[in-house]
Amino acid sequence: MIDLLNALVLITNFIIVPAMTYGSQLALGALGVTMIYSVLRFSNFAHGEMMSFGAMATILMTWYLQGQGVSLGPLPTALIAIPVGIVATIGLVIMTDRLVFRYYRRIRAENVTYLIVSIGVMFFIGGLIRFIIGPNDQVFTDGQRFILKARAFKAMTGLNEGLAIKTTQGITIITAIIMVSFVFWFLNKTRTGKSMRAYSDNEDLALLSGINPERVVMITWIITAALAATAGALYGLDKSYKPFTYLSLLLPIFAAAIVGGVGNPVGAILGGFVIAFSELTLTFAYKKFLTYLLPDSMAPSGLMQLLSTDYKIALSFVILVIVLLIRPTGIIGGKTL
Amino acid sequence: MTGQGSANRYRTALLFSAMAVLLALVGMIQSWNVAFTLLNLCLISAIMTLGVNIQWGYAGLVNFGMMGFTALGGLAGVLVAVPPVTKAVAAGGAGILIALIVAVITVIAAVFIWRRCAGSGRRQLWATTLVVVSGLVVFRLVLDPAVSIIEAIEPAKTGYLGGLGLPILLSWIVGALMAAGVAWVIGKISLGLRSDYLAIATLGISEIIIYVLKNEDWLARGVKNVNGLPRPVPYEVDLQAEPWLISVSEYLDISVIDASSLIVKICYAAFFVVVLAVLYRLAEAALDSPWGRMMRAIRDNEVSANAMGKNVTARHLEVFVIGSAIVGLAGAMLTTLDGQFTPASYQPLRFTFLIWVMVIVGGSGNNAGSILGGFLIWFFWIEAEPIGLWFISAITAGMADDSWLKAHLIENAAHTRLMTMGLVLMLVLRFAPRGLIPEKKR
Repeated sequence: MIDLLNALVLITNFIIVPAMTYGSQLALGALGVTMIYSVLRFSNFAHGEMMSFGAMATILMTWYLQGQGVSLGPLPTALIAIPVGIVATIGLVIMTDRLVFRYYRRIRAENVTYLIVSIGVMFFIGGLIRFIIGPNDQVFTDGQRFILKARAFKAMTGLNEGLAIKTTQGITIITAIIMVSFVFWFLNKTRTGKSMRAYSDNEDLALLSGINPERVVMITWIITAALAATAGALYGLDKSYKPFTYLSLLLPIFAAAIVGGVGNPVGAILGGFVIAFSELTLTFAYKKFLTYLLPDSMAPSGLMQLLSTDYKIALSFVILVIVLLIRPTGIIGGKTL
Repeated sequence: MTGQGSANRYRTALLFSAMAVLLALVGMIQSWNVAFTLLNLCLISAIMTLGVNIQWGYAGLVNFGMMGFTALGGLAGVLVAVPPVTKAVAAGGAGILIALIVAVITVIAAVFIWRRCAGSGRRQLWATTLVVVSGLVVFRLVLDPAVSIIEAIEPAKTGYLGGLGLPILLSWIVGALMAAGVAWVIGKISLGLRSDYLAIATLGISEIIIYVLKNEDWLARGVKNVNGLPRPVPYEVDLQAEPWLISVSEYLDISVIDASSLIVKICYAAFFVVVLAVLYRLAEAALDSPWGRMMRAIRDNEVSANAMGKNVTARHLEVFVIGSAIVGLAGAMLTTLDGQFTPASYQPLRFTFLIWVMVIVGGSGNNAGSILGGFLIWFFWIEAEPIGLWFISAITAGMADDSWLKAHLIENAAHTRLMTMGLVLMLVLRFAPRGLIPEKKR
């Protein structure tokens, strides 16, 4: 019985908690990608840099607050700075839309054109970020590091295995839940949200019923920017902020959106967790886990690891490719905002 | 028609002369060594853009997997030119070979089962998954011991299988063939996808290729890199002993060391120019042939081309393989020039997206345009750093020397090049979407 509990705690500590955190970050990103896809109908390659920009703005604000002596006690100061990051990102994204994307909507460009334009945007924002904050690692978390410490957990339960939950992990999951609930409430209950869904379902019909397309697009960008900035700041808070990581985060995010079903918000969230959980479960070394569960005579000698941890991120690409080949519409089936 | 053609020709001549002047300016202001280093990489970039142009300009395929094909070309350099590590091959070669055979059998079996159970829904998925997972387990059981033996043999110096010990020039062909083979597989499975799915899928696959190269140390030492690849041109040290070189250096009034490295760079440039010229002629011939006409027809209207009896999927696969092979060739040339294979240096920004900027800016669908784009963008990618620094120093000249803003701006001046590239791409797409040298109207 104790062995079983130990095994469960081990799995919770090394798979469930990190996967929930990473999954929340991916889900927030994928939700943004999916919304742009269903309203503007292109894959936004600049999304990673938008996340990075939000994180950067949050960091700058956090430094300012820390300089002023503001503190949230046990919670990281960045939490108050995130709204500033969101506002900055919304400003940037709306400016980009005005100066860049709007023109292509007017000439009704093909979606490949948007795709290539978004690469230009990606380069530009990427450069802007490095120009402002430099290419180096920035750590901006403060406050208490852990909600639950491994040693305290062991003392509390008397188990062999510890369970640790970082403050940033807790904050990530809670913030993600709040943001996602808000987006769903907005899409399903408000008039604007409904007009967005209508526009995404059938553009011509929506235009005929008097929906203002520019307004729909603007609100989509605003929500996307808010999601991107939050996801970026949370990722930076959890892992440490480095400008170039956000480009490599783009593919897992696309993977999450596609795996769940592009254009489907529920799918984006599901996809985020599918990617996160498969990355961790397939690269976890099950040796200790099995040692707890099996009788001593059957204890495994190897690491019992399906894939080396080096391939953790590559795994999300593998899942992406498999889904694209077998079921390109994703698990839930895309295009129903 | 002819009027436009000749106008285009003037424009091409003018732009290429301007490019030559730019390189010459670098030669005179900075140094000729820098100019030739730039030229060599411009030439390689131009070959890569030819490959992309064949896929995107001729056929409208969005391939974001260039980085992967470049790296495969580089791997060919290692596998062909490095002398074999006989001890490692004897100890672990057989194991690796068997593991690879297991992998191939697994793939074939999986495809077979997948086709066989088509239409049976769940069963198809489970049966295939079972085959793949059991294949993977057997693969690892065979591979892992062999890998640990190989990697244990002098890990600081070798720890890998080595190559065939053949001349490195051969790797240019092998690199192209390897890229073509992988492109065939990728194309076979992913060309049915819509344009942006294809882009994402190829980007993902190229990342997977890089991950494998970084982590499979037995293959090409992974992130430990393979240095000191054999060269097709003489070494500087040997040249410096030659009496004729000393007289050349006296004639040009430069040091012997500079003269030797200049000669080496010119040798490389000669090789690259020959390859580029041959490829350009072939690409132009293909574009003018009935095949090129058919490609344009497919690109401009897939449905009607299909209705005319053209096999769109097969043509797409063809053009995907050819374009990727050219990128693979360029990758092998790059590794030859560098003299080392460094998997960690392959970044999508540099090897995929920058190449796309080159093609779009130069003129998609026009080979001369793509080549110009390759030259121009590479030139500014490198020269943006000194230019940006000069520019920022100029505008901050009025600021106090101890101002933090000035220090910050100068420190981060190098990053203006990313912004410049983004800006250039956006401006070209907006105001000259057909590029500097637009596609010929036919």
